[in-house]
Amino acid sequence: MYKVNIGRKILSANEEYANENKRFLIENKKLCLNMISSPGSGKTTILTRTIKELKDKIQIGVIEGDIQTDLDAQRIKATKAPAIQINTKGACHLSAAQIHKALANLPIEKLDLIFIENVGNLVCPSAFELGENGKVVVLSVPEGDDKPVKYPAIFAKSKALLINKIDLLNPSRDIDFDIEKVKNDARKLNKDIQIFSLSAKSGEGMDKWYDWLIKGIEKTRNS
Amino acid sequence: MHETMVAQSLLATITTEAKKQKARPILAKISCGMLNDVNEEILSFAMEAITKGTRCEGVKIEVEHKPIRGKCNKCKKEFAFEVASPVCPECGSNDFNLLPDEPLVLEEIEFERE
Repeated sequence: MYKVNIGRKILSANEEYANENKRFLIENKKLCLNMISSPGSGKTTILTRTIKELKDKIQIGVIEGDIQTDLDAQRIKATKAPAIQINTKGACHLSAAQIHKALANLPIEKLDLIFIENVGNLVCPSAFELGENGKVVVLSVPEGDDKPVKYPAIFAKSKALLINKIDLLNPSRDIDFDIEKVKNDARKLNKDIQIFSLSAKSGEGMDKWYDWLIKGIEKTRNS
Repeated sequence: MHETMVAQSLLATITTEAKKQKARPILAKISCGMLNDVNEEILSFAMEAITKGTRCEGVKIEVEHKPIRGKCNKCKKEFAFEVASPVCPECGSNDFNLLPDEPLVLEEIEFERE
């Protein structure tokens, strides 16, 4: 029996595509954000509201990842924004090669911002770089306030945290969700994380999220 | 869940190396940061399934998880970060930065001559 040293990254094939996507985005000066959350946190609702409310200021394109169906892409297309649906057919995350193909099919020159809506899953998508400028993690109130501690990877790697469905924090509903705990736990894992508390349903808190997006677009454009 | 994809990627590298060595792979040692969420048991199961009938059949997998490293902004020391007690173990400060997580790496393969 003998040993051979290898020392090679296992996901290097994904990384090569991710680097190519990154180069493409830099060349075109486009901001691209990878949205990651559990299923049902409200990613698509956040996106449709964002697209509608910012339509006079910026053009947004969306790459939708789902295991099956194009339901989410249809919801995006109903806002008139370009959307590309990727069906992973069972895979729990999007990979950089899929994004590479999707980016080529978007009208990139007309867009200011590209959202990737990853497969609803708080674990696996965090391990696959897609070449994006940043990850945005969405956590909704009904999921509970213990998620940053239980699923630290995605909170440690994200640029922004959206705490969605804060309309449910009305005292009459008696929901146990300590929003300060979520913020503190997320900041322990990631000092620089931007946190936005909002409701994509009522619209509360969306303005600060929009300001952050527009600043990000301007920064990318002037880079 | 994405262990299957990791297994496919791993198998490709092990197969290439096994052909080069003209030997049978026995054990593949992998390392990754704690934030990589790769489970040894599931990865071993996935490998068992996809190596059946190949020259890599029977190869065992070992995963070494490296702790998340933090660097204290107060005492400047590096330390192994614990999610359960997120403070610097040296000085107790909670002003620190987490260092990038270690990537998923195939460190070495043990072979047996055919």
